[in-house]
Amino acid sequence: MKIQMSASTKTPETADGLNRRSFLGTALAAGTVAGTSGLWLPGSARAAETPTRGGTMKLGLDGGQTTDTLDPGTYAGSTMFAAAFTWGDRLVTTDPVSGEALPMLATSWEPSDGAKTWRFKIRQDVSFHDGTPFTVADAAQTLRRHSDKDSKSAALGLLADITKIEEDGKDLVITLSNGNADLPLLFSDYHLQIQKNGGMDDPNSAVGTGPYKLESFEPGVRIAFSKNKNDWNEERGFVDSVEILVMNDNTARIAALSSGKVHFINSLDPKTMKLLKRAPNVETISTKGKGFYSFLMMGDMAPFDNNDLRMALKLSIDRQAMLDQILGGYGSLGNDYPVNEAYALAPTGIEQRAYDPEEAAHYYKKSGHSGPIELRTANAAFTGAVDAAVLFQQNAKACGIDLQIKREPDDGYWSNVWNKKAFCASYWGGRPTQDIRYTTTQLSTSTWNDTHFKSPEFDAMLMQARAETDQEVRRDLYQKMAVLVRDTSGLILPVFNNYLNARSKKLMGWVDDLGNDLSNGQVASRCWLSA
Amino acid sequence: MTAPRSDTPVPRTLARKLHEIRSDYPMGSRILGRLLLGLVLLWASSVLIFCGIEALPGDFATTYLGQAATPQAVANIRAELGLDQPMLTRYLAWAGGILHGDFGTSWASGQVIADQLWHRLGNSMLLAGCAAVIAVPLAVSLGLLAVLYRDRWPDKLINLVSLAAVSLPEFFVAYLLILWLVVQHPVAAFPATVYDSMSIWEKLHTIALPVATLVLVVIAHMMRMTRAAILSLLSSAYMETATLKGLGALRIIVRHALPNALAPIINVVALNLAYLIVGVVVVEVVFVYPGMGQYMVDAVTVRDLPVVQGCGLVFAGIYILLNMAADILSIFVNPRLRHPR
Repeated sequence: MKIQMSASTKTPETADGLNRRSFLGTALAAGTVAGTSGLWLPGSARAAETPTRGGTMKLGLDGGQTTDTLDPGTYAGSTMFAAAFTWGDRLVTTDPVSGEALPMLATSWEPSDGAKTWRFKIRQDVSFHDGTPFTVADAAQTLRRHSDKDSKSAALGLLADITKIEEDGKDLVITLSNGNADLPLLFSDYHLQIQKNGGMDDPNSAVGTGPYKLESFEPGVRIAFSKNKNDWNEERGFVDSVEILVMNDNTARIAALSSGKVHFINSLDPKTMKLLKRAPNVETISTKGKGFYSFLMMGDMAPFDNNDLRMALKLSIDRQAMLDQILGGYGSLGNDYPVNEAYALAPTGIEQRAYDPEEAAHYYKKSGHSGPIELRTANAAFTGAVDAAVLFQQNAKACGIDLQIKREPDDGYWSNVWNKKAFCASYWGGRPTQDIRYTTTQLSTSTWNDTHFKSPEFDAMLMQARAETDQEVRRDLYQKMAVLVRDTSGLILPVFNNYLNARSKKLMGWVDDLGNDLSNGQVASRCWLSA
Repeated sequence: MTAPRSDTPVPRTLARKLHEIRSDYPMGSRILGRLLLGLVLLWASSVLIFCGIEALPGDFATTYLGQAATPQAVANIRAELGLDQPMLTRYLAWAGGILHGDFGTSWASGQVIADQLWHRLGNSMLLAGCAAVIAVPLAVSLGLLAVLYRDRWPDKLINLVSLAAVSLPEFFVAYLLILWLVVQHPVAAFPATVYDSMSIWEKLHTIALPVATLVLVVIAHMMRMTRAAILSLLSSAYMETATLKGLGALRIIVRHALPNALAPIINVVALNLAYLIVGVVVVEVVFVYPGMGQYMVDAVTVRDLPVVQGCGLVFAGIYILLNMAADILSIFVNPRLRHPR
């Protein structure tokens, strides 16, 4: 339980944004590079390349549907996620390596009053795709639209604490009901693309300030963009046009890439990664991320209301086997708390929980439980969830625990099984900050608290950490919270999964971004085509 | 069939009037009968589709809200979509709208369904049309060829190849074609995504592979029906006479056997045409073709029921229309039905 401080001998923290950010940068860069060196392109190799301009970049992505709309508040699935970053800009973006908040349409920001009031300076030299200048009013209207109580925006939950959005000259002033030191990071969310008049006139117009202009949108089929010639940022958007082709079939995506019809595909199966590596002209990409695969025990339902039984099950899963066989090695071990080093202020030095049949048998005996335990699973839970459950069953058998697997239909898994049944397989994607991660799934009042973890001690620490601007105190709180979740909650988290993509060798400039998949959605913005 | 005429004049009853019309206009009344039957079938399928979808488990509101489904939010959405109305009211509103060409709006995207539906149907028709234009003449001539050389090697080869093609699942044929013609020898276009700004020639080039797949999948059925229908005629007496009179084999088959075998062939062609439009979702997915099957499947996964109902009804309509067309054509090609005694 020793807390390692890699780059923590810095000057004491002030509320000043710059100091905070630079601190975060160094601390995280040190942590992540050491942890995942094998997965990262050397920075120097990237820096040496000079982008070539021109050409048509084609992306074959899954997760697009005919029901998609252009309103960023509704975006879900990889296709619209990638589209968002192609036409739009946020107030804030994030650093691919450290995850810290970086200026985008806001040039700087400053908190006051215990992180309850935030003042954002707004960029002045930017125009929308239709030529109208971007002003602070557009930014304010965008936030108002997404944070309105009746809004159907998926970002509403993130912005729930906002009480006031004001324009003060050329600055944007946000007032919160509770202090939140992570507010700038929330504004990097992909739903919060800044629209002309905030999209109040037409939420589906997709008129933004991003590197490409929307040319045509056929939901679930194809989205075409052309270069925004008046882009305020010259270090992005290198090609003349971008086409996103919706390809929900795995084999179709692979065939399109290996025949050179598209330059990039997403969502590869770990089983096909090795095969695809053999193809000439194709590079596979494995990017460390924040998403994980898990088994969820409801802490207030029998028999899981017994921490000895929960501990027995946590010890009876072979995490390494799970990583090797289910993820084909494309991931990292989990330690039963939902945060890894891809998050800012991630805990360090917590002992890795391992497969220990003897210890598991000991706890199982101590729990006094006997008889079979039902585990529900479906491949909807995550790729390979049925295989993973069978593997878990075999591991547990060696510890004297009888797991019975109940296979559920994929259809309706999220409404009928997840968050309803006492023990089931599940997954989560990443969240921008530890605060949001824990608030979503571990806060006792959260509707998505899918392990029914109820700890007043944990809740108090979460609230304290949220408003805390001293990063060392914060890190310490997050460390304690992780240990609490690891040792008492119903979360079994064997593995974090990597994002698996592949590109043609012509597609250059790929940046591994731990923020999210698809180079944090910015593959079209960051990459170019070699001549 | 003919009712006995009585000598004493009786008032003309409705049944009798109908009977007279039928004997005066045999073709017209048959066709009218088929049309009426088609309408009744269409209405029946609209009821079936509506009730079937009502009976489906799952609910749009909870699926749409997903992890955010609170009872209040679910109730709000249900009220907004009118799901709290009784079933009959909703059916009448839906059916009434369709009579005016209004399929309603999609629950998930809020877009007008009719626009997207006709657009997708157009795409499906393009794919099916191209496949049919190639497959139907090819199947019939291969069938004739097989009869001409029956039990010799051309017959066996045609049978072998077409049976092999129909035995492979369509997605497998599709993957094989992709492997050969896209990955190993890049000659064909892929993916087959067509969009509005393409010219018709670009579109035709783009859809070559799915068309080839569909041709391979449907050809065997039609070819074998042609072969069987003609072979069964060849053993009849008038065929023997024709042979004894010294007519050539080709002339016998094309001039004398084929016209009499047309009815079953037309029926099997209609079935396959219907399949080409309503049953090709797998091929659409593999080739990333924006057809109607894909549209319906997308809607099913999010429980976007107005879209599912609209697609279902259009599919049913196409099926009924094609079968009706086959019936009417069969009447036309059959002299006994054309000129009843």
